[in-house]
Formats: sequence, structure tokens, C-alpha cells
Amino acid sequence: MDEPLLSLRGLTKAYPGVVANSDVSFDIGQGEIHALLGENGAGKSTLVKMIYGLVRPDAGTMSLNGGAFAPGEPSEARRAGVAMVFQHFSLFDALSVAENVALGMETPPKSRELAQRIRDVSEEYGLPLDPFRTVGTLSAGERQRVEIVRCLLQEPRLLIMDEPTSVLTPQEVEILFSTLRQLKAEGRSILYISHKLGEIRSLCDTATILRRGEVVATCTPSETSSRELAEMMVGASFAAPEARAHAPGEMALEVTGLSLPAPGAFGTPLREVSFELRRGEVLGIGGVAGNGQDELLAALSGERLSPRGTVALKGADVSRDGPIARREGGLLSAPEERLGHAAAPNMSLVENGVLTASRREGLVSNGFLDWSRARDFAGRVIERFDVRTPGSHVPARALSGGNLQKFVIGREILQRPEVLVVNQPTWGVDAAAAAAIRQALLDLAADGAAILVISQDLDELMEISDRFAALNEGRLSPARPVAELSLEKIGLMMGGAHDMEVAHVHG
Amino acid sequence: MDFGSISLVLLVASVMVSATPILLAAIGEMVVERSGVLNLGVEGMMITGAVVGFAVGVNTGSAWPGFAAAALASAVLSLTFGVLTQLFLSNQVATGLGLTLFGLGLSALIGKPYEGMKSPTLPKLDLGPLSDIPVLGRMVFSHDLMVYLSLALVAAVWAFLKFTRAGLILRAAGENHDAAHALGYKVVRIRLAAIAFGGACAGLGGAYLSLVRVPQWTEGMTAGAGWIALAIVVFASWRPWWVLVGAYLFGGVTVLQLNLQAAGAQVPVAILSASPYLVTILVLVVISARGVHGAPASLGRPFHASQ
Repeated sequence: MDEPLLSLRGLTKAYPGVVANSDVSFDIGQGEIHALLGENGAGKSTLVKMIYGLVRPDAGTMSLNGGAFAPGEPSEARRAGVAMVFQHFSLFDALSVAENVALGMETPPKSRELAQRIRDVSEEYGLPLDPFRTVGTLSAGERQRVEIVRCLLQEPRLLIMDEPTSVLTPQEVEILFSTLRQLKAEGRSILYISHKLGEIRSLCDTATILRRGEVVATCTPSETSSRELAEMMVGASFAAPEARAHAPGEMALEVTGLSLPAPGAFGTPLREVSFELRRGEVLGIGGVAGNGQDELLAALSGERLSPRGTVALKGADVSRDGPIARREGGLLSAPEERLGHAAAPNMSLVENGVLTASRREGLVSNGFLDWSRARDFAGRVIERFDVRTPGSHVPARALSGGNLQKFVIGREILQRPEVLVVNQPTWGVDAAAAAAIRQALLDLAADGAAILVISQDLDELMEISDRFAALNEGRLSPARPVAELSLEKIGLMMGGAHDMEVAHVHG
Repeated sequence: MDFGSISLVLLVASVMVSATPILLAAIGEMVVERSGVLNLGVEGMMITGAVVGFAVGVNTGSAWPGFAAAALASAVLSLTFGVLTQLFLSNQVATGLGLTLFGLGLSALIGKPYEGMKSPTLPKLDLGPLSDIPVLGRMVFSHDLMVYLSLALVAAVWAFLKFTRAGLILRAAGENHDAAHALGYKVVRIRLAAIAFGGACAGLGGAYLSLVRVPQWTEGMTAGAGWIALAIVVFASWRPWWVLVGAYLFGGVTVLQLNLQAAGAQVPVAILSASPYLVTILVLVVISARGVHGAPASLGRPFHASQ
């Protein structure tokens, strides 16, 4: 490879109290897919913001195609051929696809012409999109396409992608990867940020690994094992969860014929969901996003009440009990949406701890909060789960996604649940922290708790579950021991062919 | 009771006049809210416009300098709100309420010497053959220029928001200010411009009250018109043409109930006086209940460009 497209030399950026990037240097070649790896808070976002002109470096230089490159604002970076797909999509729900695309362009053409160009580009790269749909009605995968198409219309030379696959189904990931490979074949470069080591190994040509704001290594990911990559990221060996043999205990949670109408226009109804969960057991529930995962969690946590006789906790019917009663009974839950559902964004970590743990941890006496115990509880969660935060007084929204995830999961685990229901427990969390969360779940099960893990990460479910079931359009397949499963069988279960034998006979 | 004394032609004609101040204030506030800012100071800006417009009109002997001064004064006043909420991140609701109280007090102070005076007013336009059309000519085509300017402004705002890039960027700032910032748009600047525009519109509305509609200065003469403008924006679901419908509806019921009072209708006066407020809100609630609500997603949320 000849002259690099983008060279970073000695980039440094400090914020009060923290050095986000320190002397970062690396090159991105022409037509290269370059991975940027690092734990939460390693400084990836700051680095990317400097390249995209959102943040100015304190020191260091960048050059693009040999010329000096110091964008003062994103529009300057865009003119220079740098485009970015954001982690949290920077889209406007109430506007149409075409309007969203126009907002990201320097000189958008007339709307009819733009619509045609959107259609052309989306067909060329296999990303079907209707320019006149309102963005609020699109799925996560489609919304990402809007961002990608918006970038592609500007003929970028460097495309920055911040955790692009965290919200995609496996099929959508495949489509994205073939698009990225096509872009690479056209000579464009991609800076690819992800936690998913498997993806990086299959997609990227080169990887730069950041730790605490510094470059610790540059390597060829296809020649490096996931474990080595992860170790370089965290700087220490981490333990993969231990498999364990155990005999399931007594019945903890029993769901029989649970049907609930869809909660809203965009929800999924639950249809005759039945399963049982015993002490010491981990049941994994997979399925493509939007097939009833959130609705199932709401029905189990008590947010939505279900018909009598459908949910039994330790043999007692709790179908008509709300979340507080179920928590007292030992059934705890952690929903997927971190900000706004699992945690109140503007309240501190201490207050967020009180919100779910007040009764089980005795943080309230005679109606008054016991602040010192509450601070102590939040402190224990922070310490035990390595939540990176200046302290327990900071508001939940100030934490990065992965760190907040550690907090909301840790908060439930430390309350010694008898039954724990979690949805996407390691979403957006880096490899080491994800391993820690999984290990904590397994430890909890080993101590006799019953655990229900809803996740879209199949590898995760295979790793920690004893039994596996899949949600499809609100129906739950029968649970099967993980040891009996093959990838093909899982695919059939997720696709809705619940009775695999029958499917095989006819197929 | 004598309903025969109510002339339909005069009724429609006076509806257009009585709706114009609210229409001006509401269309301005709609632009402000579409950019993501909730300015509850409309009443204060209107009455400031009313008093400044009146004073300048009296002193110059002409209404137009009065309108210009009113727009300018209210825009400046609204920018104090803008600076406080956008740069110093003060609470928008509290600051807006403060702006209303401040405007009411300031206008009373400025207006003291002008009480009981008569101001120059706007001439009725002669639209030639249009004005000569029987009935319709007197109803619709025989008003002063401001009435037509206010209608043109609704059309202009509609076209601006729907067809122009600047309008798209303004809506983007109101929908998701973080995303707009990430794309490199200057959210604070956009919002300050919208706030100033909203202030100028409210000022024009106030001046229309004191220079044309009444035309006189009395303390507190806006009598809640600014609040009605705010309500109309919400119930019109932030759509310009529905703002027009709401303002004319309110103006219409106001004029009708005055005529009914004059005709001696057997309904308590208090209920008649309250009827414009009740009817407008009722009708707009029905409209907004069935359609899309479409509040700008970032409305009233403070924006700080922190990294």
C-alpha cells in the first residue's frame, strides 16, 4: 500500500481531570478497513470526534492524502471527504429519509433529484430505502441505512463507523458487511469501531488498539485471536466464564399460556408463552429484535399485569402483582433500555440505586431514605462491577453506555435475586466487562438463583445458558438444552419453525 | 333581543381585524417552538409592542414607524429571553413567565403618559375592483395592509418551513438538537434567530391592537391574547395553516359574542365573554386529538454543546 489516506501524529486531547487521548499516532491506508478497538472510556469517541472536526486536538497533527488536515467543524471534514455514521443515530424522527439525508449534505440537490439519487445509491449498495418514509417508522437497521446512504452520497474517501452492528440483526450485519467490502473494493477507507472482536477479525485489515487514551498495539486482526485482541484491550488476561455442571433445583418461575395484546402501535403481542425456570438454571431467550423481547420482560417484571394464573413465582400466582410486590418476592429484572427505563437519566447513581433496591437492601426506614446506606450500596455496585465514574453522585446520563449497563445489571445482581430477568445484559459493553457480567450471572445461578437472559447475542446465550428458547412474533419456542443445539436448529427456532422434527420432514 | 342587527358582512370584516394580532403572535411563536424553544413570554412581548408602537405612532404621527418600532422593541426584549435561556441555560418556562411579567410592568410604565390619547391608524386599502365586489369586497377586500401582511406571513412561514433548506435546518434543531449539533449546525444561533423573529411578530401583533384594532392605549390591553396565541400553536399541532384557522376561529367567536351581547342575548355576559376561549380550545383539541400531534421533540429542552 502506498501513501496512507489519513495519518495521525501525536494527537492529544485532555479534559479537566482526564486525558482522553495521549500522543495517538497511526495511519489509515487507501482502501483499508481499519479497526479501532478499545474498552469503554479508552478514548475512541474523542479520537473520532477530532477526525470529524467536532473536537479540536490540544496537540498533534493530522494529514489527509499528504496535505495538512485540521477540520474546525464537521462541514469542513465532510468537504475533505470524511463522513461518519454515528453510534447513536443522529437522525430526526419526524423528518423524512430525504430530509434527513439533505441535512447531512453540504449542498443538497432539489428534493426530487435527491430522492432519485437516494434510490440509486441504495440500490447500488443493496440497502433498500424509500426516500419519503418518515424516519421514526423505520427499524434500527433501516435507520442505519439512512445514515450510510447520507454518507455515501458525499462520495467520502474515509467513512467512520461507530459501533455500527450493535443494533442490527445477523442478517442486517451481513448486508452491512457486504456493503463495506464493496466500498473497500472501490478504494474507499473505513475506520471501524466495534467491541465485537469476531466482526473485526472477519472484516478488518488492520486494527489499532487504544487503552486509556494511548495506542497500545497495531496488528492484523485476522492473524490475531479474539482472546489476544481482548487482552491487549484490557491489558490483562480476563477469565472466560466457566462452564458448570449442576442439577436444576426446585421450580422458581413458571409461565403458562401467557398472552398479552401489543402495548402500542409499534409493539408485539405475546402469544401463548410458556416456560419454566428452576433454581440454579440459566434460560437463554434469543430472537431477532422486536419479536416480543421487551414485552416479555415487562410481563415478567410486573410492569404489565397479565391474566390470572399465567405467571407463578415459587408456586404462588403473581400475575396480578406489580413490580414492587414481585421484587419483594425475589423476582428482579433489568430492562434493555438503559437511559429512561433501567435508569433515570438525570438522577445520580445513588438515587438510581435506591429506585430499585430500596426495599431489598433496607435503604428506607419509616418512609425516610437512609442516604449513607444508599451511598454505600451504590459504591458497592461501582466497585464490584468496575463502573468507571468519578463517583456515585454523578447523574446516570453522564456515564458511557457500557458503564451504565454495568451499573444497572450490577445493581440487580447485588440485591441477591431469587429470579433475575435481564434483557441484553452486555449490550454495548466491552469484552472484559461483558465477561465480568456473564460471570456474575453464572455465579448467581451457581448460588441457586434462577436466571432468564434475553439477548440478541447468540454467542453469549450459548456460552452461559443451560437451555435455549427463541421468540418469534411473540411466540416462544420450547426450550431445549444448549448441548443439543446446532446453528441450523437455532436458525429454525428463531425463524419460527418451533417443531424442528416436523420442519425437517417437510423441508 | 334583536339578531337582525347583526350584519354578516360587518361580522366577517371585523373577524379579520380582531384575529390579526393573535395570528401574528401565534405564527411567530410557532416558528420559535419549531426550533425547539418554548417562549411563554408572548403576552409580555405583545404588550410591549403595543405600547412602543402606540408611543412611536403618536410621536411621529404615522402608524408605520410605530409598527417598525414595536417589532424592533419586542425582538430586543425576546433576545434577553434568548440570551438567558440559550447562553446561560436558564429554565425556559420560568424565564418566559418572567418575560411576561416584565413586559406587563414595563408597558404600564412607558404607557402612563399616553393614556387617553388617540393614535394615527392605518388607512383601509382600496383594492380597486376587488373592493367593489358586492358583499365579498366589503368582507374580505377592504382592510388595512397589516391584515394582508399577516396572511402573507402565514404563507411565507409555511413555505419557508416546507421548502427551504434554512427551514429544514430550523426544524432539525427543534427535532433533535444533539443530532443537529453533531452534523455541524449552530443550534444556539438558529434558536436565537427564531426567538427574535417570534418577538418581532408578537410586537407587530401588539402594535396592531393599540394602533388599529382599538386604537388606544390602556394598561393590560392585550388581556390574555398572548396566552391564546400560545394555546393556538399547541392545538394547531405546530402547523401554520391550522394556526390561521385557530386565530380566525378565536377572532370570529370574539366578534360574534360581542354582537350577541349588543343584541341582548339571554345568556350571562360572563359566559359570552369566556366563549371565544372555550370554543377555540375545544375545536382545536378535537382537531389535534385525531391527527398527528407532532410536538418538536426537543421543545423546551435546554441545549448545551458539551462534548
